[in-house]
Amino acid sequence: MKIASPAGWAVSSGRAVSWWLLGPGLFWMGLLFFVPLCLVVVISFAGRGTYGGIVWSFSLTNYLDLLHPLYARILGQSILLAAGTTLLCLIMGFPLAYYIARAAPGRQGIWLLLVMIPFWTNFLVRTYAWMFILRTEGLLNTVLLKLGLIATPIELLYSDTAVVIGLVYGYLPFMVLPLFVALERVDRTLVEAAWDLYATRWAVFWRIILPLARPGVMAGCLLVFIPSLGAFLTPDLLGGARSMMLGNLIQHEFLVARDWPLGAVISCVLMLFVVGMMGWSLRIAKPLSQREHES
Amino acid sequence: MKQAGGWLWRLSLANMLFLYGPIAVLILFSFNASRLSATWQGWSLHWYRALWANQALLYAAANSLWVATVSTLLALLLGVGLAVGLEGLPGRRQRQIEQALLLPLVIPEVMMGVSLLLFFVLVQMPLSLTTVIFGHSLFNVPVVMIIVRARLRKLDPRLLEVAADLGASYWDALWHVTIPLLKPAILGAALMAFTISLDDFIVTYFTAGPGATTLPLKVYSMIKSGMSPEINALSALFVIVSMGLIGLSLLLQRR
Amino acid sequence: MVEQSTSIDITSLVKRHGATLAVDHVSLTVQHGEFFSLLGPSGAGKTSVLRMIAGFETPDEGTIRIDGRSMEAVPPNRRPVNLVFQSYALFPHLTVAENVAFGPKMQGVPRGEIMSRVRVALDMVKLSSKEERLPAQLSGGEQQRVALARALVNRPAVLLLDEPLSALDQQLRQEMQVELKSIQERAGCTFVCVTHHQEEALTMSDRVAVMHQGRVLQIGSPQDLYESPTSAFVARFIGVSNELRGIVRRIDGDRAVVQSPDLPGEVQIVLPDHPTLKEGSAVTVLLRPERLRLSVVAQGLSGEQSLAASVDKVLYSGSDRRYMVRLGERVVWNVRVPNDESGRNGFVRGDAVYVCWQISDAVVLTE
Repeated sequence: MKIASPAGWAVSSGRAVSWWLLGPGLFWMGLLFFVPLCLVVVISFAGRGTYGGIVWSFSLTNYLDLLHPLYARILGQSILLAAGTTLLCLIMGFPLAYYIARAAPGRQGIWLLLVMIPFWTNFLVRTYAWMFILRTEGLLNTVLLKLGLIATPIELLYSDTAVVIGLVYGYLPFMVLPLFVALERVDRTLVEAAWDLYATRWAVFWRIILPLARPGVMAGCLLVFIPSLGAFLTPDLLGGARSMMLGNLIQHEFLVARDWPLGAVISCVLMLFVVGMMGWSLRIAKPLSQREHES
Repeated sequence: MKQAGGWLWRLSLANMLFLYGPIAVLILFSFNASRLSATWQGWSLHWYRALWANQALLYAAANSLWVATVSTLLALLLGVGLAVGLEGLPGRRQRQIEQALLLPLVIPEVMMGVSLLLFFVLVQMPLSLTTVIFGHSLFNVPVVMIIVRARLRKLDPRLLEVAADLGASYWDALWHVTIPLLKPAILGAALMAFTISLDDFIVTYFTAGPGATTLPLKVYSMIKSGMSPEINALSALFVIVSMGLIGLSLLLQRR
Repeated sequence: MVEQSTSIDITSLVKRHGATLAVDHVSLTVQHGEFFSLLGPSGAGKTSVLRMIAGFETPDEGTIRIDGRSMEAVPPNRRPVNLVFQSYALFPHLTVAENVAFGPKMQGVPRGEIMSRVRVALDMVKLSSKEERLPAQLSGGEQQRVALARALVNRPAVLLLDEPLSALDQQLRQEMQVELKSIQERAGCTFVCVTHHQEEALTMSDRVAVMHQGRVLQIGSPQDLYESPTSAFVARFIGVSNELRGIVRRIDGDRAVVQSPDLPGEVQIVLPDHPTLKEGSAVTVLLRPERLRLSVVAQGLSGEQSLAASVDKVLYSGSDRRYMVRLGERVVWNVRVPNDESGRNGFVRGDAVYVCWQISDAVVLTE
């Protein structure tokens, strides 16, 4: 509903005035968000100066550099770790989302709040918490040693495992929320009908609940995969020398190796992934939501 | 599905434990008297006192507060303008612009940080606290916009018509009717933006100049130089402050 | 200077919503100081007309003049018109006094004068004691009065009211009908009210315009509309009307004889003189329930017409009795008889009676 009121007086005062309100905000965001991103794309074609910096030229060599096995490995590893994180989040988050979806409406809000609150605390702090727990003299090892379950400390920190744990920890709420929204819409009588028709628990889940919750699953996976792919802090603090991900690579090229065009190229690759996934999800989401409307 | 009840509940509880456990552990051990972090040696406020004595830390904290305040005010100005101004556009345009403005919240922060760095270098703007403020505004503006718009949609459109009928111009109505009714949401948005700014690391990391250390940057360098219960204490403080502010923000938004 | 004497002058107003005509060439004039109502079922277009007068919608065609001035391209905040919304739309964050003070404040009236004007306005609606309350603390009736005061304080040339009494319960509504009328007389400005309650419109208004499907069907005083409706719709919408359809068989001087297919056999009804009646015209005869008389005698009194009928139902309602009498298979009429003498007119179900009426009381509509 238009609040800036219907035709009559909006015509004489609404449209022109809106730009006073919209203009600054749009200009600001355009200048500081969209323009820099375009710059990154432009720079990815430029050449590298001898002492860092940019030589303005146009070439595709930077993109070809990506084919180097080192970079390809990092790209592949990033995708793998992000995918693993997404899968784990899905497995862990699904029961939680399902539980909340079936809770009494009054309590759902509280549950969701509880799930979101950790997310709003400092990401750095949360990652540090895992360092504290996983390191060789950390809490986990101390407890396990004391309980006599292990003889020597487990090397958990500075590994791919730690990175995944950290990422899952960081983005689990992003999986739970969309899942909850989708599961909440699932008609419970359908589940009961399946029970009535002799379905096993597994069949009910696999054939009824999961398909109906598909839009939520897609949304959740997207919301976890994208930030995980571009993660920086988590692999930086929790990962080992071999756990480099795209985010770290970008930082490395920009601030350490000072090869900005290359850094820009990797950023563009990351951007392509992000945009690609969002576009793909939009295309899939439309027919799904259409089917929902029909049913 | 009564049979499923039992293990579903347990799984959910386990998940919640997973989410809150590490934070709880962190806070708990910030009171640990021992430097060897993982073994409990008794209660102590030693590490908190050490924090207080750390000059560099206090300086970083002051910077953080400054950056958060300014970027929040900036975001309020721009974000409220966007939220209210969007109402004047046709529905389709509104959604398009909204979605475009949500992008900063969705893309990986590394990309934003890097692109900002590039931008500032190319326009030859030296990195400083100001560039950090600019960077923070990029996600604070969308946050303010979303929160205020959510509230705006619930307002009775007749109120603005009445205001016009009674002689109010567009600006009068905005100032005397719309904004006062949006006050709780604006306050809530401000608190949210403030907290996000306090907590931010990655964008700050790329846009901070020398001497422009904020608290998260300081924590990062402390971590890189070695584990210490001081970090636990600092983290605990962070967590409590963040949660408190966010809790307050949500309460205001619900009004 | 003739134009100066009308408060509102609407000429050929048209408003389209997509392909449909919400307002179809509406023309009307409202005099200064009148209580004028737009009456009609929902969807009749009356609220659209009101909003166009207020300036919240622009007409596709036609003009609106207020006090002689054309309102074209004048935004709502500059029209000498104030609107009381159906939902009152009180500012929830302002007190009663602040709500009422809003208009003067927006128009730059000096502080001191605002306060005195507010007090006068609240006095007029009898709400002076609740100045400091917030809208949420008031009852529905009180909220409505605040809305009224908020509009009246601006001393508008015209006050528009959108279904002012629909949110009130029955009892309160009856009281407010009288109250509104007296407020209007005290304030001395023109009131234009939109409603779908015909009883309300008739009680409060000096004149009423009946609207249906975007058109104005008839404008007149409540009495005109009730006694001399010019269309079947108006007759049905206002009060109860009894109808009979037929064809004119022949014309005898100042009377016409009509045959109706709805009555058994060839019964003749005599109609009062009507300028455009010809042989073969299709007519509808309208009669109000209280103009009918029941009798056991076939021969009516002088000047009367009578028809045979049988009593279907008797409804007793305190001050009068309503008889549903059947004249033919598809024709059942409402007859209202006051309970002034016990024993008389005490018909019961199944009785054979004669319905009588003065010929001149019938309203004749030609198709």
